[in-house]
Amino acid sequence: MLKYEVVVIGGGPAGLAAAIEAKKNGVQSILVIDRDRELGGILQQCIHNGFGLHVFKQELTGPEYAERFINELKEMDIAYKLDTMVLDISEDRVLSAINTKDGFMKIKAKAVILAMGCRERTRGAIAIPGTRPAGIFTAGTAQRYINMEGYMVGRRVVILGSGDIGLIMARRLTLEGAKVLAVAELMPFSSGLTRNIVQCLDDYNIPLLLNHTVIQIKGKNRVEAVVIAQVDNDKKPIPGTEKEFDCDTLLLSVGLIPENELSKSANVKLSHITGGPIVNESMETTVKGIFACGNVLHVHDLVDWVTKESQKAGKSAARFIKNQLKDSKDIVKTFAGDGVSYIVPHMIRTHNIEDTLDLLMRVKEVYKNSKLIVKADGKIIKEIYKKHMAPGEMERISIPSSILKEQRIREISVAIGKEGE
Amino acid sequence: MGCRLTVSKEENGYKVTGNSCKRGAAYGIKEMTNPTRVIPTTVKIRNGFLKRLPVKTNGSIPKELIFKCMEIINSVEVEAPVKIGDVIIENILGTGVDVVATKTMASISCKKI
Repeated sequence: MLKYEVVVIGGGPAGLAAAIEAKKNGVQSILVIDRDRELGGILQQCIHNGFGLHVFKQELTGPEYAERFINELKEMDIAYKLDTMVLDISEDRVLSAINTKDGFMKIKAKAVILAMGCRERTRGAIAIPGTRPAGIFTAGTAQRYINMEGYMVGRRVVILGSGDIGLIMARRLTLEGAKVLAVAELMPFSSGLTRNIVQCLDDYNIPLLLNHTVIQIKGKNRVEAVVIAQVDNDKKPIPGTEKEFDCDTLLLSVGLIPENELSKSANVKLSHITGGPIVNESMETTVKGIFACGNVLHVHDLVDWVTKESQKAGKSAARFIKNQLKDSKDIVKTFAGDGVSYIVPHMIRTHNIEDTLDLLMRVKEVYKNSKLIVKADGKIIKEIYKKHMAPGEMERISIPSSILKEQRIREISVAIGKEGE
Repeated sequence: MGCRLTVSKEENGYKVTGNSCKRGAAYGIKEMTNPTRVIPTTVKIRNGFLKRLPVKTNGSIPKELIFKCMEIINSVEVEAPVKIGDVIIENILGTGVDVVATKTMASISCKKI
């Protein structure tokens, strides 16, 4: 059996940052495992710019952002295995993995970091009626075809879903000479970043149809048309609003789901809201010594936050190995109040917090001129005024550890309040 | 993340509000007067680890030149290996901006990078 102190599953931005940080914190033997042919994860297909504004204070493309971390990993002599699939993780941190060179492997780890990212929801997940012709892609698959493999996916395109990948693909297809007829969005607002709506749709006069969805796909061998209709408040199509778009391609950007099949095999408890593991202040899951970070934990808006969260997971794994993470019965629970859909982390052992406790969350709707109200056992400890909040953009709140350690708090909640209340 | 800018036209130029740094003010005025964009795209690569090499303009170019730039970028084919930052097209359309590689790509003969 192979033995490592830390095994990181996934060589994307989360896995790379976690592995590097673990090494910086004194872990000697680390192995990163990835099922793809190169490190970098989905960043390699995200050739657009805008990454790294927070971490590097400059705008990088996905491959550039990845390459910085890949180089650092290699300079630090951290071992990695590519084209390798992890099949199973046990609760006592024994992994089964396989590739064509080493064959089947059992690997024992003192700490495991889950960094498998997320996967896209497909047509099946949203059950669009109609035939099943060629020409229906998830936005990410189309991105990989166009940006890495050199295949154009279509000429006349309709996109369903205005998440960031959908928006970015609208621009990408337009630049490559395709006609994007429309981006349809079920919700009354886009779930993408504002800058992407401006730079990907407005720049190219691509219409964004809010409160609309695809109700029919036509075509036998290849997509020939899709029918889009407006929806009412219950998200039901309104008869008489149907519009047919002649197109050869439909891209779906209808949400991402944390990829937690392996976490389940290790008995890691998942949150039904984020779809990712329930974690504590150290990014440790409900199974001792198994940590999680990045999109496997909850879907992020910016890779910069993935990096920061993963550094914490890497550092925590190092502290775990050195027996520096202390267990405690006094656990502070976080609670998503009115207007907030979730908060990560879910549980906090206050004495393990080093300087600040960072809470990451998403709000449920678009809020203007509102505030985030942080309460500890019902008492307000922080209020943050926000001109604009939207579900597409993650909110972060830092709470100094001094506030938490002084008092014996049992619950921290974050809710949305109107300005002036 | 980010700020929500409001740009209003005043007698002597534009006034930006809602920004939390100087960069935001400059960006707001630029969006109103001369919007520019960085173009991230790909070029064909021979003998490369992948079929496409990601590239970008290493500065922003006026929005109306985007499609003209794409025509030139699409006519180029490079040969692996390529290093990140290598200039692929110099001074595109006389803008003073270069198109550079955004990824190091080994040639197919040394498959693992």
